[in-house]
Amino acid sequence: MTDSSEQSNRIPAALEVEDLKVDFLVRGIPRRVLRGVSFTVAPGESYGLVGESGCGKSTTAYAALGLLAENGRVAGGRAAIAGREVTSLSTEDLQKVRRDDVSMVYQDPGAALNPTLRIGVQVAECFTLLGASKAEAVERAYEALRRVRISDPRGVMERYPHQLSGGMQQRVVIAMALANDPKLLVLDEPTTGLDATVEAEVLDLVESLRADTGAAVLLIAHNLGVIRRMCDRVGVMYAGSVVEQGAAAEVFDNPSHPYTVGLLRALPRHGARKAHRRLETIPGFLPQIGEELPACVFVERCPLATEICRSTVPPVVEVGTGGGGFVRCHHTDRVPGLRAVAAASGDGSASGASGEPILQLRDVNVTFRQNRKEIHALVGIELDLRGGETLGLVGESGSGKTTLAKAILGIQPADPGSQVILDGTALEPSTKDRSQLARRAIQIVFQNPDSALNRGHSVRSILGRALAKLAGITGVDAEQHLDQLITHVRLTPRHLDLKPRQLSGGLKQRVAIGRAFAGGPRIVVCDEPTSALDVSVQAAILNLLADLQRNERSSYVFISHDLGVVRYLSDRIAVLYLGRLMEVGPAEVVFNGPHHPYTEALLSAVPSVDGAPESRIRLEGEVPSAANPPSGCVFQTRCPRKLGDICESTAPPLVEVEPGHQMACHIPIEQLRALQLAEPGAA
Amino acid sequence: MLVYVIRRVALALVTLLLLSLIIFAIANVLPQNVGRAILGPFAAPEAVAELNRQLGTDQPLVNQYLRLLKGIVTFDFGTSYQTGQPVRDVVTTTLVNSSKLAVLALLLTIPLGLVGGVFAALRKGRLADRVIVTLGLAGSAIPEFVTSTFLIFLLGLKLNVLPVLATWPEGSGVGTQIYYLLLPALSLVLVYFGYIARMARAGTISALESDYTRTATMKGMSRAAVLRRHVLRNALLPTISVIATQTGYLFGGLLAVELIFNVNGLGRLMVTAAKAKDLPVLSAGVLVIGVIYMVATLLADLLISWLNPRIRLGATS
Amino acid sequence: MTSTPNSPGRGGDPVGDPVENPVTHTHDLTEPTVAETVHGVIDSALDEQVPVPAGPPVSAAAAALTARKAARRETFRLLLRRPEFVIGTLIVAFWVACAIGGRALAPKDPFTGDPFQTHASPGSEYWLGTDRLGRDVLSRVISGARDVLLVAPISAVIGVAVGTILGLVMGYFRGPTDDILSRIVEAFLSLPVAVVGLLALVVLGPSNWTVIGVVGLLFAPIVARTVRAAVLSERELDYVQAARLQGESAPYIMFREILPNVTGPIIVELTVRIGYAIFTIATLSFLGVGIQPPSPDWGLMISEEYSQIINGYWWPVVYPSLAIASLVIAVNLIADSLQGVLSR
Repeated sequence: MTDSSEQSNRIPAALEVEDLKVDFLVRGIPRRVLRGVSFTVAPGESYGLVGESGCGKSTTAYAALGLLAENGRVAGGRAAIAGREVTSLSTEDLQKVRRDDVSMVYQDPGAALNPTLRIGVQVAECFTLLGASKAEAVERAYEALRRVRISDPRGVMERYPHQLSGGMQQRVVIAMALANDPKLLVLDEPTTGLDATVEAEVLDLVESLRADTGAAVLLIAHNLGVIRRMCDRVGVMYAGSVVEQGAAAEVFDNPSHPYTVGLLRALPRHGARKAHRRLETIPGFLPQIGEELPACVFVERCPLATEICRSTVPPVVEVGTGGGGFVRCHHTDRVPGLRAVAAASGDGSASGASGEPILQLRDVNVTFRQNRKEIHALVGIELDLRGGETLGLVGESGSGKTTLAKAILGIQPADPGSQVILDGTALEPSTKDRSQLARRAIQIVFQNPDSALNRGHSVRSILGRALAKLAGITGVDAEQHLDQLITHVRLTPRHLDLKPRQLSGGLKQRVAIGRAFAGGPRIVVCDEPTSALDVSVQAAILNLLADLQRNERSSYVFISHDLGVVRYLSDRIAVLYLGRLMEVGPAEVVFNGPHHPYTEALLSAVPSVDGAPESRIRLEGEVPSAANPPSGCVFQTRCPRKLGDICESTAPPLVEVEPGHQMACHIPIEQLRALQLAEPGAA
Repeated sequence: MLVYVIRRVALALVTLLLLSLIIFAIANVLPQNVGRAILGPFAAPEAVAELNRQLGTDQPLVNQYLRLLKGIVTFDFGTSYQTGQPVRDVVTTTLVNSSKLAVLALLLTIPLGLVGGVFAALRKGRLADRVIVTLGLAGSAIPEFVTSTFLIFLLGLKLNVLPVLATWPEGSGVGTQIYYLLLPALSLVLVYFGYIARMARAGTISALESDYTRTATMKGMSRAAVLRRHVLRNALLPTISVIATQTGYLFGGLLAVELIFNVNGLGRLMVTAAKAKDLPVLSAGVLVIGVIYMVATLLADLLISWLNPRIRLGATS
Repeated sequence: MTSTPNSPGRGGDPVGDPVENPVTHTHDLTEPTVAETVHGVIDSALDEQVPVPAGPPVSAAAAALTARKAARRETFRLLLRRPEFVIGTLIVAFWVACAIGGRALAPKDPFTGDPFQTHASPGSEYWLGTDRLGRDVLSRVISGARDVLLVAPISAVIGVAVGTILGLVMGYFRGPTDDILSRIVEAFLSLPVAVVGLLALVVLGPSNWTVIGVVGLLFAPIVARTVRAAVLSERELDYVQAARLQGESAPYIMFREILPNVTGPIIVELTVRIGYAIFTIATLSFLGVGIQPPSPDWGLMISEEYSQIINGYWWPVVYPSLAIASLVIAVNLIADSLQGVLSR
């Protein structure tokens, strides 16, 4: 409260939010969504809001911009942009503030652009609004697109949004947002739908433009790593309140609120592995929207809670060395103890990956036909999966991870000649031709349990049917087995008669896991099983998967875009690019290097919540079209370590470069090791 | 785009083929002796056989269908059982009058529906919205002939401002004809207004709630400019197909309306043919109405594909 | 999404899916339902780390029953809060009472008239006047409800049943099956039901049963299209994949997995179809190929008397017209409310 407030006497803060309360009318009943949010973003500062879904971080931004949905209303407090009270402005003045002082970038750039207008028209429009002539506006639009590093601005101006990739679309939105040289730029989950490599580029861009323009930034994200990388200060929100605020480094390295501590401990960090420790979870559930909460919003889930937390609103305690750091908690003195509690659980036994491979993929190809063009989604995949091990699949979207999983399951039959061999017997390509025994052996946990569970059926009928079909258990035994099954996935008999919509996301995912395990599968494919879940719930699901694997000795094929999660659960990793294997090896080796240049780029793109120094390796351009892959090594068009002609003419074979570690690259492994040691990548 | 047009036209031709097959199948669902039906139970068997030979109704069904297909191409639908006139001639004469009525109704309905729908969307949840929505709902739920009787009672009988029979004097000018067609057209307007207004309203609401509209608002545009530049075009695209399908169905509604207002049109012709079991005329009428629907939807799809860059330029490269 | 109740055109069903979401973007929060609130109560006791504590003294089955009952009661409560639903239901109930009560409720004999009282004006003797044969219009309007309220719902049920099966097959199998059936459905859709119904009934001969059959079968393609759309989006969901991986047969997946999740659109469609069946059958009767004399059917009454309206005899036409209008509007009001509540 020192430097920044003195400064704000001269120049008004870019954004000042004070005791903001927002209600949403749900069937005519107002439900409190923001419970008095206060924070200030100084001019030129970058401020991050983090929190799990439903905590009100986006609502805060929308309320501050006067963009609340029809059923939302500000019930108290104020918000000011560059010194102008948004909450009490006339329509015209608000329009002026939006035109001159503030801009916004949204999560889904595809939806943020008008599908029926050319890009050039939409960007130029920003400048005509600011008073430029038509011709001038077109010129400035060209400049604006160049500034966001779009390589062919003239060409892009002639295109329509649907002709651009997600990353390009987001650049266009950013170009429009910066057109008015705003004092405040609000970014609402700007990279959530993008691949890590594209995310890294977009974040780099925002960072450098911010440095150029001096705009203040309010960044909203659920990804703690993104916030850590981009923000000077951060506010942690829970149930419509800011529970902790401070300098980003301090909040993430020395959290002072029990919730922040819990959130950070729930993440698989520092190269954590399932064999070493279980992940911490936050007990209980996120509160419902508009639920009446005790004096301290976090009390129901807090390990430090005492009577006073229920009766008295927690004080705002100043913390940290910088200005403005605070935490709302009665028990700040006891928080350091919480941080220190070691995660003692986890039996430390090495995973049971052993012996003969149970699943072998031999020359697996998947080809789609589109407009008489052949699209090779998977090319010559050779992989083994051993009993009890987890094979992690990583790669950008379009790399073929999910197609590979579907080929194994027989949902997307592989081309003739491909072999999927289970226990020495080749399986039919399509699940409908496979024996019930083969189906039972390979099951799947989908990403989104809302989609994966039939909402018309109760938990009992979902799991009961799975037992009947996959394990052949019906009649008297069924009840007993059902009880066993739900105990394994830590559900209770009370959940059996509920429909999926009556369960929270985490509980739904347990039901889905239960269904996959009903027939005692040999292999379970997990396709992004935690990406639809909040961090605190994700930890519990990962723990469950690790436990089940230990007890049931199942093998996993584990797909995730979150490398921390993959690393936590996987014994081996396979890296895919454009449907080809780039690298296969033990998890630690793949993560620690020497890596394939593509793996190296993937790793270095991930923003770390630990603020680890990042390497500056960035991939240029877009993933090439699978219908028309580059010659030679498919990665050569984007490879930061490209050798030369040989990469363009010859596809490197996947060879064993050291015991158990395969790689497809022309660069000798020793040379890679030397190169990567010289410029250390994110380890 | 060209590929799309060719595909769409080819599909329309397939639909036309199926359409003719359906009509033919329904017309021949019961085995029947057409000659006997026309000449009556007391005619000599030789005369019946001779008539059947003339009409071609003694041929196997497959041949009869092929003849119908040939008729579609050469625009020859045989002769009316009732009058012996070529079906082509009676259909074309009456179709002209029906088209006058339909065009007048559409010229009134489309602008009213669009304006009403957009206006309701902008006043969503308020009184004007509820009135427009309820009127549209009520209007489109009531059969045309019921609407017609109300209008005749109100405007023709009670207020006596419009002629209740659309029989204009021979050689009347366009103005007079419109005057005589106004009441039947109005009863069609009442029925079809609701569909167009409802779709326009829904399209506008979804465009208003879209992210790109919010982007435009955040650029600092005035609401009027946002509406003009960003909302309307996206909002009204889906309404085009509704207008097309309603054009097709409007011709179906002519049956009752033309009967009530005594319009010498296709609809009345078909009802008369139905009473006389004159199947060639009736089938030809059904086919014409089906073709009108088909052509209207075809044109609408082509228009939409031209207005929508996503179709015009194909999917993401 | 489902087709909207009043979008369906002249017996056809041309309108796509007017998109209208009652909850506008509420940003990062979703509307909690009552059922979810129920879960809140049940769940919050459960901590995944801790061994499960003993449940509350409510048995599982009882909890489920309560939850299901609560959901159904909630739907009903939401319906009752819509005035248009209440009004629609009252009007329909009135006409159903007339259809059942018929002769008992009618003040006079609807079939035999007084030859000396033809076209009597509405007055104290004949409240709504008499027709050209001297029959009491009020009695005929009351007893005219019977045929249409029998024929229309049955044909709607047939149409929805056949259309649902057709739609499930088209949506589930896709590929060539769907392509071929879709073309046929498309061809049927280009013909207004009243128009092609006229042709069919001329060929088959009019009777209540042929009307039921013809209208029912002509509705099937329209329903099929709605159901197909619902099934197509349902089919994209992972539970269908999961069922296949479990080795379920195609009929099981269609009828046991998918069908329960598309009942909402089907119920709405049924209500809408009843409305359009009344519409279509009234029109067919008016054109002379629907319900046949001597039935006091409304459409038939209008067709017998409309030419007299310019002579000032409006009452035998306007009162049955009001009857038809009130009934179809009422059914559509119900359909609209159901749509609003069920598609939440």
